[in-house]
Amino acid sequence: MPDRSESNEKPAMDSRLEFGQSTRRTFLSRLGIASLLATTGPGVTTWAQRSEKVVQGLATESKDAIPVSLRVNGKDYSVQIDPRTTLLDCLREHLHLTGSKKGCDHGQCGACTVHINGRRQLSCLSLAALHEGDEITTIEGLGQPEKMHPMQAAFVTCDAYQCGYCTSGQIMSAVALLKEPCGPEDAEVQEFMSGNICRCGAYQNIVAAIQSVRKGAEAQKTG
Amino acid sequence: MKAFQLMRPKDSAEAIAATAKTKTAQQGAESRFIAGGTTLIDLMKLRVEQPQNLVDLNRLPLDKIEMLSDGGLTIGALVRNSDLAHHPLVRKNHAVLSEAILSGATVQIRNMATTSGNLLQRTRCMYFRDSAMPCNKRDPGSGCGAINGANRGLAILGTSEHCIATNPSDMNVAMVALEATIHVRGPKGERSIPIADFHVLPGNTPQRETVLEPGDLITHVTLPPPAPGARSLYLKLRDRASYEFALASAAVVVTIADGKVTRARVALGGVGTKPWRSPEAEQELTGQSATEAVFRKAAQAALRDAKPQRQNGFKVELAKRCLVHALKLVTQPA
Repeated sequence: MPDRSESNEKPAMDSRLEFGQSTRRTFLSRLGIASLLATTGPGVTTWAQRSEKVVQGLATESKDAIPVSLRVNGKDYSVQIDPRTTLLDCLREHLHLTGSKKGCDHGQCGACTVHINGRRQLSCLSLAALHEGDEITTIEGLGQPEKMHPMQAAFVTCDAYQCGYCTSGQIMSAVALLKEPCGPEDAEVQEFMSGNICRCGAYQNIVAAIQSVRKGAEAQKTG
Repeated sequence: MKAFQLMRPKDSAEAIAATAKTKTAQQGAESRFIAGGTTLIDLMKLRVEQPQNLVDLNRLPLDKIEMLSDGGLTIGALVRNSDLAHHPLVRKNHAVLSEAILSGATVQIRNMATTSGNLLQRTRCMYFRDSAMPCNKRDPGSGCGAINGANRGLAILGTSEHCIATNPSDMNVAMVALEATIHVRGPKGERSIPIADFHVLPGNTPQRETVLEPGDLITHVTLPPPAPGARSLYLKLRDRASYEFALASAAVVVTIADGKVTRARVALGGVGTKPWRSPEAEQELTGQSATEAVFRKAAQAALRDAKPQRQNGFKVELAKRCLVHALKLVTQPA
């Protein structure tokens, strides 16, 4: 009997890793494809057709690639990218800064929040090529495990996350909020954080983490 | 997303030249200006917008807010929504504009979105956004899926048998109440358009949303000086407390003297196919006492021509109550 495992048992996503050796990213990609296939019954053909379109649209290798220079976390990068590349895809796929997350990819969830010239923006709703000369900061530039930003430390202390997927976006928004005209009340923090969705529902602890950093900064100022 | 060529003009003239030869400046335009990108990139990903050329405006010097000699305000096309909403002169003289902007979207989006982009914000009608669905605005002649479909959030004023899509902007509603003027530079020179004439009703051509022609670049918006003694306010009603489009909203600018309304400007959001000025409500208010009975009459007049659909009949009463409440709040003694 010929060994058919190689030709037929390949995972849906082409990958250099064998099954059982998945990284978290490839595992999640496969999970995405698997759940997509599972929902592709006869009644949902439009969804299947549409998803095919979307996958084609994500191609970033192109003969029409243009040179783009970006400054991210104080470092200069030069990349050749398709003009369609969003800032988020450029950060993740080209610069391998995968801390910024892709949630909805339509500006509705806030997982992709980064700072551009000190202000928080959505990297999924902008093109990388529009940001030459801008100072871009991602979660990687905010702090590292051995030297965390006070907001990162507060998220740990206050248990302000569960699955962690929205967390980098939450923290980027929370740090930006410190310099924004946000009132002192929890309700005002909630309003200022409404662009960051947390499906685990860690909202109360997120507000607590932000308020603890604000109170700490206030105490330092007066103390 | 369809492939496009990215152009980076060094000045307004180059930007205008880059788009002047297109067939339309409306839905289906082959060339699009991009500023904040919060509407356009989203719609390009959905293939609702498929420009072949994208013209980056972000380096043009159109981002200033300045006081005019008459006490009015000039607002550059590229002023970001956050900067406009938090500007001291806007907060002091045109509170309704600040409140309207801050009631829309989120901090991240307001940090990106621009004044001119917000004027051109596209509808959130789900049939428009889904390229598998019929939509006369996206694909003229394909029909309107919304009229007999999911239309809870859609318009009740200014609709036609071809389109009932709501204009989603909050900023536009305030701009209408403030009688803003939109300044455009195009291949034939400069012109000024009162905001009331800027957006057009869908009629038989819902793909056409504004009076802009190919090559037209919005350079700035001006606001007249605030009317002496006027107070203004924006009230927005929606399904969630934050980050949601209006089901109904009201922008009101009112002057009271000796208990009587001497001047009123009223605009409604969330209910119209364009930001909805109501001269009928203004007429009911002017010269009358600032009482709830008068406000109720004004609200009746504003919604007199409403044409609700199967799912959005509630908006008629909601919009009336929204306007009455906004008028009560703005006329309360300080």
